[in-house]
Parts: sequence; structure tokens; C-alpha cells
Amino acid sequence: MSAGDTEALMGYDDVLAAYDPALGLEVHVELGTNTKMFCGCATTFGAEPNTQVCPVCLGLPGALPVVNAIGVESAIRIGLALNCEIATWSRFARKNYFYPDMPKNFQTSQYDEPIAFGGHLDVDLEDGTVFRVEIERAHMEEDTGKSLHVGGATGRIHGATHSLVDYNRAGIPLIEIVTKPIVGAGERAPDVARAYVATLRDLLKALGVSDVKMEQGSMRCDVNLSLSPKGSGVLGTRTETKNVNSLRSVERAVRYEMCRHGAILASGGSILQETRHWHEDTGITTSGREKSDAEDYRYFPEPDLVPIAPARDWVEELRATLPEPPAQRRKRLQAAYSYSDLEMRDVLNAGLLDLIEETVTAGGSPAAARKWWSGEVARRANADGQDVPSYAAGLGVGPAQVVELETLVTSGRLNDAMARQAWEGVLDGEGSPTAVADARGLQLNQDSGALETAVDAVIAANPEVAEKIRDGKVQAVGALIGQVMKEMRGQGDAAAARALILSRLGQA
Amino acid sequence: MTDLTRASAAELADLMARGETTSREITTALLERTEAVDGAVHSYLHVDRDGALATADAVDRRRAAGETLHALAGVPIAVKDVMTTTGLPTTCGSRILQGWVPPYDATVVARIKAAGLPILGKTNMDEFAMGSSTEHSAYGPSHNPWDLDRIPGGSGGGSSSVLASFQAPLATGTDTGGSIRQPAAVTGTVGTKPTYGGVSRYGLIALASSLDQAGPCARTVLDTAMLHELMAGHDPLDSTSIDAPVPPIVEAARRADVRGMRIGIVRELTGEGFQAGVQQRFDEAVQHLVDAGAEVVEVSCPSFTYALATYYLILPSEASSNLAKFDAMRYGLRVAPRDVDDPSAEQVMAATRDAGFGDEVKRRIILGTYALSSGYYDAYYGSAQKVRRLIADDFASAFERADVLVSPTAPTTAFRLGAKIDDPLAMYLNDIATIPANLAGIPGMSVPSGLADEDGLPAGFQILAPAMADDRLYAVGAALEQRLHAVWGGPLLDRIPDLLASAPTTPMATPHADATTKGA
Repeated sequence: MSAGDTEALMGYDDVLAAYDPALGLEVHVELGTNTKMFCGCATTFGAEPNTQVCPVCLGLPGALPVVNAIGVESAIRIGLALNCEIATWSRFARKNYFYPDMPKNFQTSQYDEPIAFGGHLDVDLEDGTVFRVEIERAHMEEDTGKSLHVGGATGRIHGATHSLVDYNRAGIPLIEIVTKPIVGAGERAPDVARAYVATLRDLLKALGVSDVKMEQGSMRCDVNLSLSPKGSGVLGTRTETKNVNSLRSVERAVRYEMCRHGAILASGGSILQETRHWHEDTGITTSGREKSDAEDYRYFPEPDLVPIAPARDWVEELRATLPEPPAQRRKRLQAAYSYSDLEMRDVLNAGLLDLIEETVTAGGSPAAARKWWSGEVARRANADGQDVPSYAAGLGVGPAQVVELETLVTSGRLNDAMARQAWEGVLDGEGSPTAVADARGLQLNQDSGALETAVDAVIAANPEVAEKIRDGKVQAVGALIGQVMKEMRGQGDAAAARALILSRLGQA
Repeated sequence: MTDLTRASAAELADLMARGETTSREITTALLERTEAVDGAVHSYLHVDRDGALATADAVDRRRAAGETLHALAGVPIAVKDVMTTTGLPTTCGSRILQGWVPPYDATVVARIKAAGLPILGKTNMDEFAMGSSTEHSAYGPSHNPWDLDRIPGGSGGGSSSVLASFQAPLATGTDTGGSIRQPAAVTGTVGTKPTYGGVSRYGLIALASSLDQAGPCARTVLDTAMLHELMAGHDPLDSTSIDAPVPPIVEAARRADVRGMRIGIVRELTGEGFQAGVQQRFDEAVQHLVDAGAEVVEVSCPSFTYALATYYLILPSEASSNLAKFDAMRYGLRVAPRDVDDPSAEQVMAATRDAGFGDEVKRRIILGTYALSSGYYDAYYGSAQKVRRLIADDFASAFERADVLVSPTAPTTAFRLGAKIDDPLAMYLNDIATIPANLAGIPGMSVPSGLADEDGLPAGFQILAPAMADDRLYAVGAALEQRLHAVWGGPLLDRIPDLLASAPTTPMATPHADATTKGA
């Protein structure tokens, strides 16, 4: 981006002093169905271009759509999880506009008769409060193809010599989830936006309806934002920022647009209702196509499909399949595991809760599970650009290894430092914790004679410290334990050493 | 010896079953007939001689081997160019699909192939089935075999004329507002628009999805029933296809029994606006049905007054969306705009659609785009859907008093080529009696009622039945056919002028052979 594209921004606090932000979030989720929404083509991500296509999703003359039943089922489950009403009668509609990557030049979507409407989602904010986001609707539609613009400097259509179109994505089922205008968030608006998308992502993942990978585009967020003069209660002109494809970007895009709107409004200008593009690299938005009254999608009910009227008992059956809401589950597990708020936040940020729960189920303690999944393995996963669960899965390392490692410690074979070495060996692919411990000769020295010798030597060498302990300053024992361990080349049992030192100095 | 080109499909099937002829003999006779007359009639956009003969030979071999075959196996058929056919050009009468060869078969075509009917070729039609005369075909009009200066009806004028000129005993059609029934009426042939959803629409290039229905065309009621039965039945590829058994239509055609049946004459579809000779043949036909044991009642369907207006809002609206896919991006014609260096995709789309669509298609796309646009939707498309409901209600109450409804199929006999081409509204009025059935989704049939006294041209008798009661059409149609054949001393088509005697010795100039086989 050239410097000329940078627009004037108002300070964030100044924006809040003068204006109330209103947010609207539109999230598109690609469903993880095996086949497309209206035909039997596969939906594998990353396949060779135009290998997952047929007359229906290529929009060949004469081809007709047939609704994917799993797509409808997923849409209803999403609606239920968002506390929506499920329509007793719902129809698809055609959204008409021309674009080269849209095979029929209309998108089969839903308009005024969506499958789910009128729900809400409670989201936990950084400051510990809970914010309720009202859901306008969730509807079913199909994805478009994907254009690749060739020959230009930036991969954008301007300057390109030609474009390539991949129709593999055309017809992949999408659910679009639209919030009602989110007002009253004030300074928390960027946080609300991020937390909403994060909560929605967790919910969809728990439902098992999508892999919700923002970086692969299976979850995409459009951010609508407007400002109104403080206290006026009148919604201002909005912009719609597209291509906001990470949680951090959602937060940044809201903040950026608030500051940009603020600068324009404060200088007496007016906001142009338009689509804006988010640039992850520079953290700014730029103007896209203008969205005016001229854009008329000429929606009408899709005559090639019959209405969907989900039976009430089916809807109730689906309601029974809903997983525990992620927020509720987090609260339950935090209490059960006795994690502090800080610990819990770290666990969640690293995406470790599932692994920890599995580890506890396999017999591990919550403390050990948290400890082993957040240390070295997290560092390595991060360096590899992956999250811990997929990194560990890639290594073939799972809850069983952590439980085994913990058992080696509690049984007294390994001390903490040895366990760390064993874990590193496991992550290096050297085998199970026991195998690594065997191979590396990791074994606590359980010879009480050796311990006594070392303890006596250390006490003798540190008369001043020993004296303090005799006088009751028990916390000074740490320094002596360290030296005992050193004497024993790391193979001593720290707990036994402590007990013996204190006993020798009359404190046991 | 039977003239294989004039025999009915049922007769041909019997002859083959008895070993008196073969599918190759029949197919060869029909292809020779086409060579002799189609230069004048122009029923076909594409003839598939090799494919037809290959199918014929395969069926003959299977029959010789003692295999159990479909009743119509080996009986050749012509397919309207609106239906996709693997390996055969499919243009829908439009320049924009010139040279397109579909990679898949329409379900109807797949069923025809599975039953072993040789496909002789693809028949001409108004572009995207928009018209009542075939004059809107991008490849030139078809001609009415009764009088080559007259229209063979539309949009299925290729299929009606192929039957009336004895180039095929069977043909497929599609009927959105009368495109099977009106061509049948003006050529003295038979055609049925089945109940909406009775025959799969998969592979039919859509005009108006909520109105389109594929159906059979033939020269006798029984042949029409046999082809109807072959085409009909549930198709999982078409969501609007009815998942229920096909009504007993062949049995109804064979029994031809109308005793005790209540025949309703629709007041709004007779009398004023109908040609005197057409009305006269209609009145006589009703009397024949009474003589056969039916009872006549008069019914009124007041909302039919708005049928044409309703139709010309719904059809263009759906068509404007259905035809959006023709954008030069993936198949068909691609035209570069003049005087534009390095044109954008949008410019190529616009130039292609400008060059590839004819005037009538553009007219309807513009109408539909307007009717659906924001601010006009409620007044036009929304209102039309409400009136559509009223028309269905009118039918429902009429069918409480009558088992079938009847009317003349078209207000006039075949008009002259060129007579209405510059007056779209006059052209649209031709479908006044056929359109209500499409709006309500009910089945309808046209059978010949005779020749109008004033011009000696065929008139059609329309029968309408409640949804899923297609069998009633065949009972009434067959009963009427029996009585009229007795009066006429044979089929009406026996009176058609001999094309070989009257046709010009040199084929008429038609661009179709070149125009549609390119890229095949």
C-alpha cells in the first residue's frame, strides 16, 4: 500500500468521547459436509482446481440443485445453539448478480424466509463481564468459485492480464450468521467483536459442523460499523469491512474503522456507505466497491427447490444433540481443575482445554496436564507455526504420554528436572517417557546413604545457613537443597533431601 | 406393406415384435424421409444419422437374442433441442449456445436411451422456448407441413412438424405456456403437458422453472400415452419432481372410456376471440363426447382474465435469472466487444449476450429484470404470485363440478409466417387458453378436432385435468379420437397435402446444418 492510501484517524479516546459505535457482524461458515450444498461433489480443501465440479455446481444449462440434508441439519443445529427460533417453513431465494466466479450468476441463498432467526450469544469479555449479542438470523447459502488474478503486481484484479477461476469452492455449503446491531458496547466494541467471533468459533467447533479455520477461509467475518453522536441513539451510515480473517484482525478492524469514521465525522464529512477491504499486513482498510441503491439483487424465491419445513420433533431431536455450551463447559472445568483465572486464560489462549480434559480423563492430574501441555511443547508448536493440539497430533504424542510421565514422577523414579528431560526426549521422537528415561539413564538416586553423605557435607560447608535454619528460618533450606542436588548430580530426590536437612538441623 | 414413416409408434412396436420389420429399417426409412422433406420443413437443427442407426442395430441385436425390451424399444424419436444430449449439439434455438455439446443427458433423454429408442436428431424451437411460431429460432423457422407458408406452432414447432411431416412417430416437447399443446393443435398432432413435477426437468434448459414441464408429442393418443409413461416418474435430481406412482395413462388411452364423466366447458375460454371454424370443431367434439356417454357442465374461471398478464410477469422474472448463466465464461458463444483493447470479463459478457440473444429473449430479460427490481417486486412479481393462487383456486372449484375441463387449444389455426412477428402482444394472445394450466401446474392435452372450414387447417381440442389425474386426459382424448377417426374414415393427417408433390424441388435456404454442427 502506498502512503497516499492512509486516511486521517481520530484518537480512540476522542472517538469514544464524541460518538457511540454500533457494530454488526456477518460471519460466513463453510460447513464440513462431505458433499456440496446442492450436488454430490466432494468438498476437500486444497484439491487440484476444477476437479470437484459437475454440471450442477458449474451451472451448466439444464442442471438442477438438490438440497444437502446434512447441510440443513447443520444449519438447524447452529440455529438452536445460537438460541434461535427454527422456521416452520423456510425457502431458498436467488440473489442475482453477475460475477465470473459465480457459475449461475445468481447465488442460491435465503432472503426473507431464513431457516433460523431471533437468537442470542453470550460472550465473555476481557474485563470479566458478559455481553449478550443478539442474533438476527442464520441462513443457508452456497459459496462462489475463487478467482485468481494473474499478471498484476498484487494479485488483485487491477493490473492483472487475466484471471483463473477455480470452481471447486462453488457450491460449498455456507451458513451466514448475522447479528442485530450491537449497541452499547462503547469502548469495549473491539473486544466485543473479537470475543463474539471467538465464542462463535468455539461453539461451531463444539457442534462439529465446521473446521472453522479462519486462515483457510472456512470462517470469514465481515464487520459493519457506524458511529452515532454520543447519546443520540440514531444509527449512523455504516461501512462493511470484508476479508477480516483472524480474531486479532476483527478487533483491529473495528478499532481502525471507529477512528477513521471519527476523523471524517469530526471534520464535518459524511461516511460513504461502501464495502471496505481489510489489510492484515498494514492494519488499515481501503475502499472497495461502492454499495449504493443501484446494487439490486432482485431476490425471489428459488423455483428449482421446494420449501423446507422441518418437522418439530426432528428439531427437538437435533436440540438433544447439542453439546454443552463452550462458556458453560469452561466454567465447569475451571472449577473442577481448580485453575486460577490467569491459568485458565492461558490454557484457553493456547487452545489446550480439550487436550487437558482428555489427559485428566486418562488419569492425569489437572495440574500436571496443564504443566506438561503448556511448557516445552507449546514453545515448539509455536516455533513451528502450529497450535499445540495439531502439533502434538502430528508427533503422535497424546494424553497417554503425559499420564505416563506423571506416573514416573509420582512413583519416585524421576524428579522434576528429569521429567523435563524425558518429555523433551518424547517430543524429539525418542519414544515413550519410560523408554526415554531408560535410554537416557534417568533415575532418582534412592540410596539413602548417598543422600546422608551429601546432606552432611553441604551442612558442614554452609555453617551460617545451617545456623539460620536452626534458628527457625526454614525458608533458607532451599539454598541447601540446591547444593545437595548438585552434589548428587541432579539424581537426588529433592523432597527427601529437604526432609533430611530439616531433621538434621532440628526442624523436623 | 405398411408405410413405416406413417405408422404409429404402437404399430411399429408391434411390427418389430412380430419380426416383420427391424429398427434399422424403420430408422432408415425415417432418415430418408428427412433427407427428402426437411429442406422444406426444417424440423431439425441437427440430425444424428449414425447415432440413430447404431441404437437401432443394438436394439435389433438384443431383440434377436431374445432379450425382453421396452415396449417402445427400436421406435425412433426426435428430441427437442431444449434437452441436453451427451455428444449431440444442444442449442435451445439460440446463437449463444452454438456449438455447445453437453457432457450429460437430461433425465428424459437418459430414459429414452435406456429404453432403446433411436434418437434421430434435435428439433427446432423458438430461442429458449420463447415464442409460439419457431420464428424466434436463431436458426430460422420451421414450416407447417399443412401449408409451408404457415407456422408449425411454438416453441415446439420442430417437434410438431417432424411428426406431421412423417419424419418421426414420436418427439419430446416442453410446455411452459403451451409449447407442446399449441404446436400440436396447429399441425393436427397430439401433445400432452403432464402435471408439473410429473416428468423430470433435469437437463431441460430452463425458461421459467415454476412453469416448465416436459411432455410427449405424437400422432395418436395411445402413442402419446406410451411416450408419456416412458418419460414420467420420480427423479431424485429434480427437487420438484413428484415422488408418486405415474397415473395409469396407457390403460386410460386403451380403454377410451368417458361414460359418466363430467366435461366442464370453461366459459372464459370459448366464444369471443376464437376463430369460427375452431369454435365449430370444438362444439362438435363436445357433442361427440356426449354421444360417448359424458355429461357436459359449464364452469366459470373468472381469474383467467388475468392469466396472460400474470404469466408475462412470472415467466420473464424467472427467465431473466435462468438466462444469467449465459455469460461466455464457461461454454457457448464468446464475443469480444468491438473497438475495445484488452476487454474486461464484464465487457465480454455484455458483448456476448448482445450478439448471442435474439430480440424476444432480450425483451423478456428486460421485462423480468424490471419486474424483480427493488421497489417494483411487490407490485409486479408479488402481485402475479397472488393472482396465480387465484387461478389455481378457480381450477380447484371448477374441478369440484367437472372431472375434466375443455376448450379450444388455440384461438386460431396456424397463422402465416411473419404475420405476428412484429407484434409481440398478438403473438402472446395465441397462448391464452394454454397458459392457465401452467400457472396452476395441472396437466393438459391437445388432440385434433378437425379442419376449420374457412382455411382447411387443423384445429385443436384442449383437455385439462386436476394435478396427478393425467389419466383422465387420455380417456377423453382417446374417446374423442376414436369417434373422430370414425367420422373422418381415418386419422386427420391422412388429409395432409403430399409434401413431395408440393415441395420445391430444391431445398429451401436454411442455415441450420452449418450453424449447429460446428464444434460438435
